[in-house]
Amino acid sequence: MTAEHHGQHGHHELGWWRKYVFSTDHKVIGVQYAVTALFFLFFGFCLMMIMRWQLAYPGRPLPLIGGLFGEANMPGGIMLPEFYNSLGAMHGTIMVFLGVVPMVVGGFGNYVMPLQIGAPDMSFPKLNMVSYWVYFVGGVVMLTSFFVPGGAANSGWTSYAPLSVIATMGQTMWLLGMVFLITSSLLGSVNFIVTIIQLRAKGLTMFRLPFFVWAQFVTAFLLLLAFPPLEAAAVLQLMDRVAGTSFFIPAGLVVSGQVLPTDNLPQTGGGNPLLWQHLFWFLAHPEVYVLILPGMGIVTEVIANNTRKPVWGYRTMVYALVFLGFMSFIVWAHHMFITGMGTTLSAFFATTTMIISIPSVVILTALLITLHRASIRFTTPMLFALAFLPMFAVGGLTGLPLGLPAADIPLHDTYYVIAHFHYVVAPGTIFAIFAGIYYWFPKVTGRTFDPFLGKIHFWLSLVFINIVFAPMFWVGMAGVSRRLYDQTVYAHGLAVQPAVELSSWAAWLLGLAQIPFIINFFMSIRKGRTVSDNPWEGTTLEWVAPSPPPHGNFASVPVVYRGPYEYSVPGSAREFFPQNVVAEA
Amino acid sequence: MSAETLPYTVHPHPITGVYSGKLGTWLFLASEVMLFGALFSSYVLLRVSAAHWPGHDETHLSVPIGTFNTLVLIVSSVTMVMAWASLKMNEFAKARWYLAATVVLALVFLLVKLFFEYMPKWEHGHRPGFSSFFALYYTLTGLHALHIIGGIIVITYFLLPGSALWKKDPEYYTNRIECTGLYWHFVDLVWIFLFPVLYLM
Amino acid sequence: MKFAAVATVVLAGWCVWASPALGQQADAPSTVGVTITGDYGYGFPPDASEHGHEMDRLIVIVHWFMGVLFVGWGVFFAYCLVRFRRRPGHQAGYDMIKAKPSKYAELGVAVFEGVLLISFSMPAWTKAKSPPDPATAVNIRVVAEQFAWNFHYPGKDGKFGKTDPKHIDTAINAVGVDRSGEGKDDVISGELHVPVGEAVICQISSKDVIHSFGVPVLRVKQDAMPGMRIPVWFKAVKTGTYEVACAQLCGNNHYKMKALIVIEPRDQYDAWLEKKGAPPKEFEEE
Repeated sequence: MTAEHHGQHGHHELGWWRKYVFSTDHKVIGVQYAVTALFFLFFGFCLMMIMRWQLAYPGRPLPLIGGLFGEANMPGGIMLPEFYNSLGAMHGTIMVFLGVVPMVVGGFGNYVMPLQIGAPDMSFPKLNMVSYWVYFVGGVVMLTSFFVPGGAANSGWTSYAPLSVIATMGQTMWLLGMVFLITSSLLGSVNFIVTIIQLRAKGLTMFRLPFFVWAQFVTAFLLLLAFPPLEAAAVLQLMDRVAGTSFFIPAGLVVSGQVLPTDNLPQTGGGNPLLWQHLFWFLAHPEVYVLILPGMGIVTEVIANNTRKPVWGYRTMVYALVFLGFMSFIVWAHHMFITGMGTTLSAFFATTTMIISIPSVVILTALLITLHRASIRFTTPMLFALAFLPMFAVGGLTGLPLGLPAADIPLHDTYYVIAHFHYVVAPGTIFAIFAGIYYWFPKVTGRTFDPFLGKIHFWLSLVFINIVFAPMFWVGMAGVSRRLYDQTVYAHGLAVQPAVELSSWAAWLLGLAQIPFIINFFMSIRKGRTVSDNPWEGTTLEWVAPSPPPHGNFASVPVVYRGPYEYSVPGSAREFFPQNVVAEA
Repeated sequence: MSAETLPYTVHPHPITGVYSGKLGTWLFLASEVMLFGALFSSYVLLRVSAAHWPGHDETHLSVPIGTFNTLVLIVSSVTMVMAWASLKMNEFAKARWYLAATVVLALVFLLVKLFFEYMPKWEHGHRPGFSSFFALYYTLTGLHALHIIGGIIVITYFLLPGSALWKKDPEYYTNRIECTGLYWHFVDLVWIFLFPVLYLM
Repeated sequence: MKFAAVATVVLAGWCVWASPALGQQADAPSTVGVTITGDYGYGFPPDASEHGHEMDRLIVIVHWFMGVLFVGWGVFFAYCLVRFRRRPGHQAGYDMIKAKPSKYAELGVAVFEGVLLISFSMPAWTKAKSPPDPATAVNIRVVAEQFAWNFHYPGKDGKFGKTDPKHIDTAINAVGVDRSGEGKDDVISGELHVPVGEAVICQISSKDVIHSFGVPVLRVKQDAMPGMRIPVWFKAVKTGTYEVACAQLCGNNHYKMKALIVIEPRDQYDAWLEKKGAPPKEFEEE
């Protein structure tokens, strides 16, 4: 380590704008990301709660608030199909790109990772600030798209061409918003990788890193390398929409009875709709690992801490994580089995998909085995982290029938798929997010959440989220497609309508179940019980810093002498060893 | 936390052997490879599945102009390296000339592109929507041109307001010019691929 | 905050209690007047195809496998939560246990997944992707558009007429077949009729955006890609009237892009074709 000092700047006090708005401190930026992402998660959830009315009671006016959406979207309080499709496309987009990833990477990654590696900040603090504000602008663009003529994008979060090319203005705004969000992500991922490589404290070798940091490391590579093709694809689709090119438009299209090219749609053809799908899924598959890996990282930290023992098979978990990251780049076309793919290509992607299930199983199993001979504390974060395990198991296992091409034929694009990925992201990652919020809130604020409200929040959420999504597996097996404004048009849809209605009620109750959390959150910031710097008796370096950590994080540069989970070391006087504690004599 | 007080911003890390900015630049370039790679892959896919692909007689892309522009960029890469080398040898004034030369050459590239290629084509009706070839041509060269503009902005910054850093911390300033150079060489390299693909094949 | 917690629970409870009052079903408009054959419920739809059972069987076997894994994990999980909860005098075990059974289970999982893929999925998939000789099968072109299905039969001469967008008349010639020439006897229908017990090859395409030809009772699903004609084949073995559903978001009326598929004996099928099929489905305004 060189003679450059942390914590001693000799520079002047920053003004309010530089301190709280345009800060370059990773902790402030982390909180900015987290708060913005929480807003988007809530907003995206509200979009779905509105959709669920139409699903449960097709064609009926939405009581009380139906009039708020305007005649263009819900005349007489009855949702129009175009608005339903907008809500669906934006729910997916907002949850994935504006909610979950900014929370787990921008929020948790930014705040916790530099602390866990003993660094004073990220390698590129100004770039970090820029990343946040570019994300913010992207979010504003996405929200604004609801108010343009024609409404927000309504071609699914997948924006398949040619539908997305002939769609209304909202789709152009979606593409522009994506360009901002992807740029923000790319800048952030460079920062994360360089920081983890260059700024680890002395003695903190890669295999002494907390698993959370490894997860952020691999995730950053996925973001760095997988996002650019989608940025390219977004540019191509923008060109199709705005400059009349035909990247994704084949010749001879007939839209609304008119043969292209027309005045509105001047494309002459020569393009290929499959090109969009390949470019999109090349990102979007690694993207789903971006959604889950940081969550696994959070859950691992909470489990190690609340089992008072090292994580089982740490090295194995790390190798599995890296292998998973690598494999995630070569499975993408399992989303495209039904496009007319031949046997060779489908065999390749089905094989890689089967292979990629192994490292996921390894990580899940390692976390389960960690519980064996543990000493489990059922704190609020631990409840969420424990629930993550079976929920992720359901989500991961239900990917198997979808990854087998023959089984995928009847299940593709049905509610089975919706249930599968929601199990992974909703009671999966979002529970991991809650675990992380309850776990690290004391570090950020110096106070804890009220445990009673926390437990109410947990149990209600667990019960209702399962009632929302579990029936969807059966609805999907019954043949009901996704993205249907009214599934009762079909006999097989009408027959399972009670399950759809049940899911809607559970979703609304799930929404209500977040009220204890919201109350707890605002209350605890002001009046939560104050706690020490290390209330959970954790071993990783973030618990060495004060709560909240000052600018520069550590009073003196930490030096690391041991691994990340030295709990219950046999024959020692201490119940746990923080990483920076020298070995006992 | 100001960047100057973060470790390994200026001096290389003992194990990795690089200072953070250089590692960051390489990673950024890796993502740029994926970006242009996706566009080149799209070119391959569209060309292979096309019933007809315009030859030279139809595209009217001028090989002499393209060659000239290629040479302009290659020379600008050389001037960029010379700028960095001058800084390493503590010759700030010389470096400034080389940086300025790089900007001038980049502007020449863009102006040749605009006046001798884009505008005549546009007037001739060869616009992006005309065919798959032109859609790709404008998108690929346009995105590349945007990267050149980005580079011009950065180099101009270091020539003018950013040059104050040379007095405060010459090694740091030199590193930043090195990273800019890496980016610039990459932009040049993309053109080395674009030129044969679009003009010669 | 305890009050807030109790209030939340009471409110939630009230909602659950009040919900049946709102639980009324709307009529499904499109099925009025037509009875769809078969019993539908929570689980696989009726299977009217020759090969569908292979997919069903694979799905069932995979789910048994998933169930074994989940129950195995779940039992271990529950056991640990009870047995290893923190209590006085109880220290956690620092040393890493060997967990050999887990390694073997892992290997078993990988092997079984390979078996599922190679022995079950690939044969079923290959069969689904290998249509019989077109000369021995019934050939139909399925042309999707926003928001209707068009079924194009080659007529008595067995040959499809040339199609071109300039011949399109949305009311009576949605696929744009050239009526002068081999297309003279082509039948364009809004309803899909197929003879029972015979192989049918459908060439799927689209006029505008991506749709998807989905027939749940035949376990058939194939994306309709504009600019491409993709074959899908099946052999229906049960007669009845069923539904074709569009299975890829295609715009605002995607949800009602439905067609009827009538599986009937050969003589009834011939008679229907003779009468030039059902009136073509009217083009629906968006």
